[in-house]
Formats: sequence, C-alpha cells, structure tokens
Amino acid sequence: MTALTALGLAAARDGLIAKKFSARELVDAHIEAVEAARPLNAFLAETPEQARAMAADSDARLARGAARPLEGLPLAIKDLFCTENVATTAGSRILEGFKPPYEATVTANLWRDGAVMLGKTNMDEFAMGSANATSAYGPVENPWRRRGDNRPLVPGGSSGGSAAAVAARAALAATGTDTGGSIRQPASFCGIVGLKPTYGRCSRWGIVAFASSLDQAGPMTRSVRDAAVMLRSMAGHDPKDSTSAALPVPDFEQAVGQSIKGLKIGIPREYRLDGMPAEIETLWQQGIDWLKGAGAQPVEVSLKLTKYALPVYYIIAPAEASSNLARYDGVRFGLRVNGDTLDAMYEKTRAQGFGAEVRRRILIGTYVLSAGYYDAYYLKAQKVRALIARDFDDAFTQCDALLTPTAPSAAFAIGEKSDDPIAMYLNDVFTVTVNLAGLPGLSVPAGLSGDGLPLGLQVIGRAFDEETVLRIGQVIEEAAQFTAKPAFIAGGA
Amino acid sequence: MSLIKGATGEWEVVIGLETHAHVTSNAKLFSAASTQFGAAPNTQVSLVDAAFPGMLPVINRRCVEQAVKTGLGLAAQINLVSVFDRKNYFYADLPPGYQISQYTRPIVGKGVLTLDMPDGSTRDIGITRLHLEQDAGKSLHDQHATQTYVDLNRAGVALMEIVSEPDLRSAEEAGAYVKKLRSILRYLGTCDGNMEEGSLRCDCNVSVRKPGGALGTRCEIKNVNSIRFVMLAIDYEARRQIGIIEDGGTIKQETRLFDSGRGITRPMRSKEEAHDYRYFPDPDLLPLELDPAWVEELKRGLPELPDAKQARFVSAYKLSAYDAGVLADEQASADYFETVAKGRDAKLACNWVMGDLFGALNKLGVDIARSPVAAGDLGALLDLIQDNTISGRIAKDVFAEMLSTGKQPTAIVEAKGLRQVTDSGAIEAAIDAVLAQEPEKIAEYRAGKDKLLGYFVGQVMKSTGGKANPGLVNELLKKKLSG
Repeated sequence: MTALTALGLAAARDGLIAKKFSARELVDAHIEAVEAARPLNAFLAETPEQARAMAADSDARLARGAARPLEGLPLAIKDLFCTENVATTAGSRILEGFKPPYEATVTANLWRDGAVMLGKTNMDEFAMGSANATSAYGPVENPWRRRGDNRPLVPGGSSGGSAAAVAARAALAATGTDTGGSIRQPASFCGIVGLKPTYGRCSRWGIVAFASSLDQAGPMTRSVRDAAVMLRSMAGHDPKDSTSAALPVPDFEQAVGQSIKGLKIGIPREYRLDGMPAEIETLWQQGIDWLKGAGAQPVEVSLKLTKYALPVYYIIAPAEASSNLARYDGVRFGLRVNGDTLDAMYEKTRAQGFGAEVRRRILIGTYVLSAGYYDAYYLKAQKVRALIARDFDDAFTQCDALLTPTAPSAAFAIGEKSDDPIAMYLNDVFTVTVNLAGLPGLSVPAGLSGDGLPLGLQVIGRAFDEETVLRIGQVIEEAAQFTAKPAFIAGGA
Repeated sequence: MSLIKGATGEWEVVIGLETHAHVTSNAKLFSAASTQFGAAPNTQVSLVDAAFPGMLPVINRRCVEQAVKTGLGLAAQINLVSVFDRKNYFYADLPPGYQISQYTRPIVGKGVLTLDMPDGSTRDIGITRLHLEQDAGKSLHDQHATQTYVDLNRAGVALMEIVSEPDLRSAEEAGAYVKKLRSILRYLGTCDGNMEEGSLRCDCNVSVRKPGGALGTRCEIKNVNSIRFVMLAIDYEARRQIGIIEDGGTIKQETRLFDSGRGITRPMRSKEEAHDYRYFPDPDLLPLELDPAWVEELKRGLPELPDAKQARFVSAYKLSAYDAGVLADEQASADYFETVAKGRDAKLACNWVMGDLFGALNKLGVDIARSPVAAGDLGALLDLIQDNTISGRIAKDVFAEMLSTGKQPTAIVEAKGLRQVTDSGAIEAAIDAVLAQEPEKIAEYRAGKDKLLGYFVGQVMKSTGGKANPGLVNELLKKKLSG
C-alpha cells in the first residue's frame, strides 16, 4: 500500500482512471500515512471518515466513467481555509473550537472536482511566520534532516504543515497560502513544488484573512505537473471576492512540457545579496545554465527597489492584519475570556487568544496606521509598493520570466532564529517582492545544500502568466532530477 | 439672516449638518441580507455582516445607483472613481472591528440644495460631499440588568452621509434644510426619510460668532433623529455657547448628545469619542469605477424634483410660490394635486387640496398616500361644482360624506337628492313663499336697506335645503323685489 503514497497527483489520477487501484485503496493508504506522520505534528485535524465517504463517492463515479478532474485524490488543507463543520483554527488559540458553517471557495472547488480531504494542516498562527514556529498547536518538524545531524528542523512557514505532509508522503498534495512567501519558502525547505498564483487567480473567500492585498492560495505538490493540475481546480473567478479576476482558467497542465526555447529569463542583479551562502549562488547559476541549455536566453535585469521590499511588506502586511484581526473579539465565535466590561473582555480574549508574533504584528500595524504616522509609514509604503510593481513591469519588457533563489538558506533547526524576528523576516527576502507586485511565483526543488537539505529555485512570471512559469519550472525539474528523499517518510518506504 | 440677541449684542449661529440617510435597497451595502425594518433581532444577518473569518464584502450595485441618483438630485459632482476605506474601532455592534466608509474619495462631491425662505426668496446651501458607508448594529442596553444585547439586523445596511457646508444660519434654516433634503430623497426614492425608524439622522455642527466675525469653535451634536429635535438642539446649543462666551468662557470643541426629554445637549463621555480611526483603503474592495454612460442614463431617468415642480406649478397653474411649494413638497401631494387640477380650474383644485383635503387628512392623522378620498373622486366633485350640479356649499357636505364613506360624489349627490335646483319656476315659487312671510322687510328693502338682500337669499336657500342655485336665487330675488 505504501507505493500508493509515493505516487504523484497526476500519476494517481491516471492510475485511478486505469483502475489500477481504487479511490478507497488510495485514500486508506493516505489515512494510514497521516497517522504515521503524527510525530511531525503536520496535521491539526484528521478527517478520515470524511475522506472515506468522499472516496466511496469517487469510486462510484469512477465505476460509471464519470470521473471529475481530481477524482479520489487525497489532499491536505492548510488550516487557514474554512472547511464546513471541520475545525478551522488558523493555528491560533483564538479560533479554538471554531467550526465554520461554510466552505472556502478554493476548497469547495477542489471537492467539486472530486478531491478528497485528509485533514487540516498546521501552520504559523494566522500565517504569520516563516518557520511554523508560531502555531499555537506546537511546531511542525521538517521530514528532512541534515546529513549526520538528527536535530529537528523547521519546515518553513507559514504553510509548514502542508509542506511537511506532502514531503513526507502523507498527502498527494496540499493547499497553501502565500502572503510573503508562505507557499514557496516551505516548499523550498521541504523539497517540494510550491506555486503562488497571480493575485486574483484564486478566490480568497473563506480563507482566514491575514493581509488581504497580498494573500493568495496555491498548490503544494511533488511535481510541477501536479501543481498545474491542482491549480486548474483551485482557480477561477468568484463573485464573492471582489479582487478575484474575471478571467478564464487555462488548462495549466497543457503548458507543462512545452519548450522554453527563445524565452528570455531575467536574472535580477539586486538578488545577489551580501552574505548569501555560496551554495545558493552556485545553485542559482546552475539553474541559469539549465535554462540556457533548454534554449532560453538569460538576461540581466534590474529590480532597483528590492532592498525596500521587506520594510514595505512589514508595514503593509501588519497594517492590513491589524484591521483584519479586529473581528477576533470574543463576541461571536472562537475564544471568549469574560471581563467586567466590554473592553476588559476584548483585552483578555485577545491577550490570551493571540500569540506573541501575532500581537507584535497587530501592534506594528496599528502603529503605522495611527494618526501622525500614517503618511510616513503606510502611505509611503504604498507608494514604494507601486514602484516595486513598476520595476517588475520594466523588467518584463526585457524578459518573459525571472529566475531567483526561493530563500536565502536551507531549513534551519527548530528554535534557531526564533529570538530574532528580523532574522526570521529575512527568510522572505526573495519572495515578498512577488506578493507586493501580485505576480505568480513558483518554487521548484533544484538541489541539495552541503548538508543534504533541499534548496529551491523560484520562477517569477507576468501577472496571469502561470503557464510560462510552469513551463520553465518543468524544465528546471527535469534538469535537476531531484530524487533525494527526506529522512522521514510516512509509513517508511 | 436671523440673529440671536445676547447680553452683549447680537450673535450669528453657524451650522453645518451631516445627515445619515438609510439607502432604500432590499439588500445591505456589501451583503445580500435583507434591510426590512422591524424584523426580529438577528434574523437579517449574513456571515459577512457578522464578520465571520474569511468573509468578504461585495458592493451592492443598487446602493451605488441610489447614491449616484441622490448626487444628481443635489446637482452634485459624481466622482467616477471613489474608494472605500476602513474606519477602525472596537465595539460589540461592529462585528469586523471596522466600518467600511469612504474617507478621502467619496462617490459624490460638491452640490447644492436650495431653501425657500419665508419671505419668498431662496437660499443656496452648499453640499460638501456625499459618501456611502455601512451602518452598525444596535446595542440593546435595556434587555438585561447587567448585560448588553446586540442586534445585527442593521449592521451593514447602506447609509449615505450627506455633508452640508456650514451655510445654515438658524435652527429654522436647519429644519428647512432637513425637510428639503428629505423631500428630495423621497422624490428620488433613494431614502424613505422615516426619521422615527432611524432612516434619517443628523449630526449638527454648531458654533456662534459676532455677525461677520471669525468662525467660533464648534460642537457636534450627534445622532439627532427628528426635524423638531434638530431645531431644538441647535437653538439650545447656540444659546449655551453664547452664554459661555458672554460669561467670559471659551467653547471647548466636543461631541455632544441631545437629551430630548430635557431639551438640552450634554457632552458625550470622552470614552465615547476618543478614537483614532486609522482609516486606510479597504484591501478587500477595488476602487469603485462608474461608467459615465451609466451615470448619464441615471440622470436622464431622474424624476422631476421639488424645485422644478414648484416652478412648473407656478407657471403652468398660476399658483402662488407658497402654494406651489407646499404641494411640491411631497411627490404624493404634487401628484394628487395634478390629478385633481388636470382639465379643471387649477386655483379651485389647489384650494380644495390644500384646504379641505389637507385639513381633513390632518384631522384623521393619515398621509396623502392613504387618503380616503381618491384624487379622481375629488376631481369629479369639482366637476359637479363647475357644471352647476351642486353648489360649493353642498360640495362641502358631499366631501365630508366622501371622507367617511369613500363613495363617489355623483352617487352621494344622487342618493341624497342634492342636485342643485336650477329650474327658475321652482325657485320663483320658493321666493314667493319666503316674500309672502316678510312684508315689513320688503318695505325696508325698498326703502333703501340693500343689505337685506342677503337675508332674503339666506331664507330662500334655507327653504330649498341649500339646493337652489345661489346665482339664480339672487337674480330672481332682485327682480321680484324691485318689481
């Protein structure tokens, strides 16, 4: 049975259609894998009964030849997605026990297409973090270990549970969300593929909001093709989300495998950071050579304002978060800690319900929006954000996509950077720019660090041009022949 | 300009109003929940209104249309791009912890509202802006000894905040402004204007100064919910400020509440007003962009508004500006009048509508929309007067009967035999009978006491039960008496 958990999403789909195995068998294998993966703390809720019921429905449809695009394929869902009658916590104490009476559009789209829910994955509290260390329900362990070192490592964040579950073969694929790198950085840390689509490609309706102008859902998979398959089901215009794009959803899978001959690949000069590990530099050059080998043409481009991206991000994201998180007040759902007055109830509920990082960002956000500081911080940041987007526009007049490292390092040990928020924020240095500009970004595992940990390369595309991004990603994937396996595989194998 | 006399001379009151008008729409500004007034608590609340995690606002096109129409009705600039902002503060009846409003870029810019002054002149009051925003829910403090209940039915209902320039100069003008604004909103069908249901509420900014001097410090009186209270609150507040200044004090800028029971304003607790709202553009909503062609289409579809209607009543029906203004004040009375006046003597129609009908409705306490006498029936009654079927005097009785029974005037006239007697033979007979009783009075009349003619007419009318044609009675009497 373990062989079924080793399959990719597309391969499992094809196997089900070919009746090599049943949805029930596929799902049971994954339910066992989810249980076996408990030491990783990747899941906050397991939903085996729901999974089996959905599998039974899938088998019935497969039997009568009415399979939907994701029929019978077991997925893990980041706990930021509201799932009907299934506990949804966003990794926070303040939503403990909250069972939404509704289903997020993206997950509803996945179930509409026949996918099966295995459970909800752990994450940084309200998606605020880069190491899955801020979850109120404990850290997630990365299934990878450094060579000759058994210290547990972080899976990255905030979609750390999803990345760990997919890397450990506890799910065929998972949903993630990405506000500043929360899909791509954990994908890089766990040796999987992570795609943040263009802002507006997937509906945000029913996803617990962190920073509304930056949040975007995307797939986390073990291959570029799988990401393409999954995105097609997740994406689409949603009248319930005013920022979702009224554009048709392309058949992304068609793009995978197409030649990149003649494409111009921009290499942003400013991404060569001082003090960046040499192996990352080397991997990046390797990636450039692979693409050149496939007929693409690297061109140096400039994204002048890159150095302002992190500060801008850490003004805009907390500002929006400070407002988005005001609704967690103990009045209508989730945690309530009573007080003598309304204000006392708010204070106690929010003090006990939110962890330190969330409180820090609410304070930052409240500060930058305050009278007297708004112009200097929030408004200035918005202006710089617009200029960063223009930098990308300019770059895309010279190239079709950009290639960069995904993160400035491989996974680090649990607890390693947790005392220093700024060091933690630096994890997102290559990814936040993409969110600020609303562009699609794909992380593909491209090699191993000196101590045997996965490293990803990032492909950035034009808005709503995920197809080119996937084409290039597929070329990197093929060239890299990334076959290394994590130390922990659910159920052995 | 009406000035207030203080101990140190005259004072000028400067008033600006912020009016919150509930937009007439079946659904809320950003959710599909119903806006029906008077439903059981918390029965009209969507997940968006209750701010559940992951819920997103979607603008209701109908509310945008209503705001644009209102802007057009106020001859205001329509901003083709406007932006929704979040106004952040915590309160139990504000589920998301922010109100979606429009701060720096409202949907409607500068406009004007014209007041009819008692002396027959007009005065233009500047409209600063109109923006769309959400209403909050309601906190019910009287349901439990120690706890507050929250009703979210109103949470998310669309409001138009209409801000005037500080152009108003007296409580009366402020009252007239609200009345005129309400009239325009009702004509447009964009707000029902029912102040008792909270559909229209005012924040009044009041300051005082020596005539022509520099502006004084203003106080804002929040949430005043009737035209009478607006006037009382402003009057009280102006006198309060004058009193303080004349006693050597200074006015502290603050937010106050009107206590209608005591007829005074009092400061809000500082906690109720000390907010830094941290406005910023709502990232869940794109800037609102209007198609100029759509705005044009709305403009073409606007109904005739009170000012235009009043002017037309003056020119087409030769009514006085005052009468035309009263009739044009409400769409229903204007329509009623026009139905009655069509093809008839407009002055007569105006007298009947403004006199008999309004008086009767007032007494019954019903508005014109629910008038027991339909406009067509009143017209038919006027026809009976004009074709001499009945006299004006009898018409009053018929009208009273119409009011109480709702019957057609012709039916009443027939059933009660009120048809006017125009047969000169019958009238002569009645005259003869009366004159036979009054030889002395005839002698006096003939001796030059002309005034007695009225007496004879009265007697004849009395003897015919009022049905004799008064003109004919007059004419025949004169002839007989002189003969």
